[in-house]
Amino acid sequence: MASHDAHAHGHHDEHHHHDENFISKYVFSQDHKMIGKQFLMTAVFMGLVAMMLSILFRIQLAWPGESSDFLSFFLGEKWAPNGVLKEDMYLGLVTIHGTIMVFFLLTGGLSGTFSNILIPLQLGARDMASGFLNMLSFWGFAISSLIMLVSLFVESGPAMAGWTVYPPLSALPQAVSGSGFGMTLWLISMTIFIASSLIGSLNYIVTIINLRTQGMTMTRMPLTIWAFFVTAILGVLSFPVLLSAALLLTMDRLMGTSFYLSDIIVGGEMLTNHGGSPILYQHLFWFLGHPEVYIVLLPALGLSSEIIATNSRKPIFGYKAMIGSILAIGFLSFIVWGHHMFVTGMNPFLGSVFVFTTLLIAIPSAVKVFNYITTLWKGSLVLTPAMLFAIGLVSTFITGGVTGIILADSALDIMLHDTYFVVAHFHIVMGMSAVFGMFAGVYHWFPKMFGRMMNTRLGYAHFWVTLIGAYGVFFPMHFVGLAGAPRRYYDYSAYSEFDNNSFQLMVDLNQIITVFAIIAAVGQVLFLFNFFYSIFRGPVAPQNPWNSTTLEWTTPVEHIHGNWPGELPTVHRWPYDYSKPGAAQDFITQVTPLEEGEEEH
Amino acid sequence: MENKLIILLVIILGAIAVAQLVRIYEISSKLRKNAEHEISNRDNNLNGRMMFGFMFLFFAFFIYLMQVYGWTGRGSAASDEGVEMDWLLNLNFVIISAMFFFTNFLLFYFTWKYVRKPGVPAYYYPHNNKLEMIWTVIPAIILAVIIILGLQTWNNLTGPTTPEAEKIELFSKQFDWTARYSGADNTLGLYDYKLTLDNNELALLTTNTIDSSLNNMLYGSTGIRSLQKLLNNRDTIFSDSTLNVLKIDLSRKERLYRFLAQMKEYHNPNLDASAWDDIIQKDTLYLCKGQEYEIVLRAKDVIHSAYFPHFRAQMNAVPGMATRMKFTPNKTTKEMRQEKNDESFNYVLMCNKICGGAHYKMKMIVVVLDRPAYKKWMDGKKKVTFKDQYFPAAAAPTTPADTTAVTMN
Repeated sequence: MASHDAHAHGHHDEHHHHDENFISKYVFSQDHKMIGKQFLMTAVFMGLVAMMLSILFRIQLAWPGESSDFLSFFLGEKWAPNGVLKEDMYLGLVTIHGTIMVFFLLTGGLSGTFSNILIPLQLGARDMASGFLNMLSFWGFAISSLIMLVSLFVESGPAMAGWTVYPPLSALPQAVSGSGFGMTLWLISMTIFIASSLIGSLNYIVTIINLRTQGMTMTRMPLTIWAFFVTAILGVLSFPVLLSAALLLTMDRLMGTSFYLSDIIVGGEMLTNHGGSPILYQHLFWFLGHPEVYIVLLPALGLSSEIIATNSRKPIFGYKAMIGSILAIGFLSFIVWGHHMFVTGMNPFLGSVFVFTTLLIAIPSAVKVFNYITTLWKGSLVLTPAMLFAIGLVSTFITGGVTGIILADSALDIMLHDTYFVVAHFHIVMGMSAVFGMFAGVYHWFPKMFGRMMNTRLGYAHFWVTLIGAYGVFFPMHFVGLAGAPRRYYDYSAYSEFDNNSFQLMVDLNQIITVFAIIAAVGQVLFLFNFFYSIFRGPVAPQNPWNSTTLEWTTPVEHIHGNWPGELPTVHRWPYDYSKPGAAQDFITQVTPLEEGEEEH
Repeated sequence: MENKLIILLVIILGAIAVAQLVRIYEISSKLRKNAEHEISNRDNNLNGRMMFGFMFLFFAFFIYLMQVYGWTGRGSAASDEGVEMDWLLNLNFVIISAMFFFTNFLLFYFTWKYVRKPGVPAYYYPHNNKLEMIWTVIPAIILAVIIILGLQTWNNLTGPTTPEAEKIELFSKQFDWTARYSGADNTLGLYDYKLTLDNNELALLTTNTIDSSLNNMLYGSTGIRSLQKLLNNRDTIFSDSTLNVLKIDLSRKERLYRFLAQMKEYHNPNLDASAWDDIIQKDTLYLCKGQEYEIVLRAKDVIHSAYFPHFRAQMNAVPGMATRMKFTPNKTTKEMRQEKNDESFNYVLMCNKICGGAHYKMKMIVVVLDRPAYKKWMDGKKKVTFKDQYFPAAAAPTTPADTTAVTMN
């Protein structure tokens, strides 16, 4: 360790007076802080695009068949003739919205941004284990984002088989126009994305294992790092399986193999493929797809653990139990994928095994929720915007989590599978919890990222619009689902032919949902403005604005290569010494040595 | 065009609004005595109170939605299995609602109650193993109950049907459903997708259908012979790509022909009868109250999902694989109409797996009759079986196929 430090230190001195040019500083940077910011910017942009797409199809759902200038403005005559969205494009919008949100915003954006920024800073490392691979990881992400965006402009339309792209629909261009070139681009983009994510994850794991500073034992790491660590492991183990699924799909599409295809007649053409199984794809996809939920969620939970502890001025309750539950969630997430497939024709006995494992996840999740609540108990809460978002995250994690219990119960899933109840459930968990975690992280670590402060009042306004708007969107969706409305329906006019009451219910609720969606979307302007304006004009941040204990706040406000001028800090205690009895201040940084006779927590 | 201008205008006005925000932002940061990272007690208390207030609003919203839409969405269950599932759903709903109210209450209440007060330090409370045990064990017990009850129901729902169950096949393709009743013998005839023809849309397997498929493959308008003729015609010149397409098409058809010829070799004519008496039914699916059904599902092109919201039944139809489900309707359409007080109400079968552009239109009306009415309907149908409809003269095979002619090509 010592020799490594000396080396890193020398390296740092070497570069100190070196004037960097624009390209090496902002474009092909190998500095983890810059790469983190690049991830964040790209993800914010992708998130905006995906949010816009959702507004476009929400307009169709609320006012089906009505001409909208908004739609014709954005989609033109080809995809919205006379301002009415085309059926195929509706599916295209839904598919790309889901893909971008899950992979590009919540995987690349959340884990990519904060793992990069926080891992070296909170562990006391000069940089990531490999700066070059880190750069490669970002550029892979950027290129895959670009390809995904380009696929929206393909003549035959973007991928249209839903974000899960189940074959045979996604394998046969005769079945839906988006399964032509649009789907090819989707597969290329995702392949690059997976490669980028793998490089990134391996880098995070290596850094966490090898580059912790003196005294930073595994059980002195902040929970953020634990969350990023387990997230990276999940990514390394599950993304390659998605790659294999995509590869087999590509071969079915281009080379005439029959991994997923069997006995099909499509567009009047009798295919000779025989013996494949679409269920195989679903197994491979969900073997990634379920850990993916936790790849999205764990970083958000990690960030909020840190933020809640700091702003409650209390240690996080049950630090070891929190680590245990992260590990348990990580492990269980690999043996539950079948709960997405209860009604696919999978063996019912296998289904019941998945019911059991899935419901087990509720236990570590409950532990986390109660630990958060106990952390708040008898705290001295400072309600910064970041803290509000973190508390909002706990609320949505509860709300979205409990409906998971119903969906994990195979007997109940039969009647709710693929209805809006599912859409509501995973949007509250991913669209609210994970996104709230991301916002909380941005508000909290903005001073670290840009050396300036965001405006607090605008932050409050943004939080309240988002909380009310997003609950207003996703809460009523449960009831659309309980009424039996299938997801991915272009409109619900079919209902008017057999059940007018249900039809009326769906029209009413869909309009409420769309209005809230527009409010929530417009509310994001507050964030965007605050974010970009504060980068350039925000007041300069103090070194440790939130009176935090962790190492990143011991670095200078100005970013320098190697993070710490002089020697790396030495860690003497765990990261949650807030309001420790007998201490002069209500926080003791990790670099403060234990006092005579003082016990570590 | 004008409207596009308006939208552009709105965007420009939006930009101006942002510029105004800039000013507000700057003024507000000047007015604030505190730096951005110092949250004033006023802001702190205000947000704490708003959080607690939000909780009441949120709970009220939930209760309101529950009152107005909760159980009325799709009405009461219309099958025996659905009644059991609804009971389980309600029980689960009560449990999760209690958890939802309890934990959300604690969260928002603490946020309000423990907001920073000058001079009151936070209570240093890093862990308590007893508490951790409590909230590990109690959820585990509740979950054990949920799992046991859930799996009991699941086993009932997916278990075998009784011998009295009537077998129906639901055949799905973009974008409609076709039902096949098993006829007098309650046995569904075999099928093979390669036998699909205009007069055999469900690809049923009989000696005659194999023959007519062989015949069609060889002599049909786009059959092997006509393709060969086209390719061997010295007067026509094709572009490379067209030629390629035609060649691939020809080799594909030759392969299919060989498969069909093999099928003919191994076919057991005794099985024909089970297909001949099958009844093909489009547009409306008729079911009988109190009759248990074993539904077998089949897909022609992509994955579809047979979803009966009122019977609480759902199963995917997967190309290349047979899936099944079962249910027993327990209310006739008439009874349900009375219950819902809606004369135009009907049961429905919808597609619930994304299957292409017109996915949302893929449905079939379902009518549940009482036993006498059903029997009457069925007696009428039994006069028009698959055989009667498409192969009335079926005993004698049609054109014997020339199996050797193709293989040499």
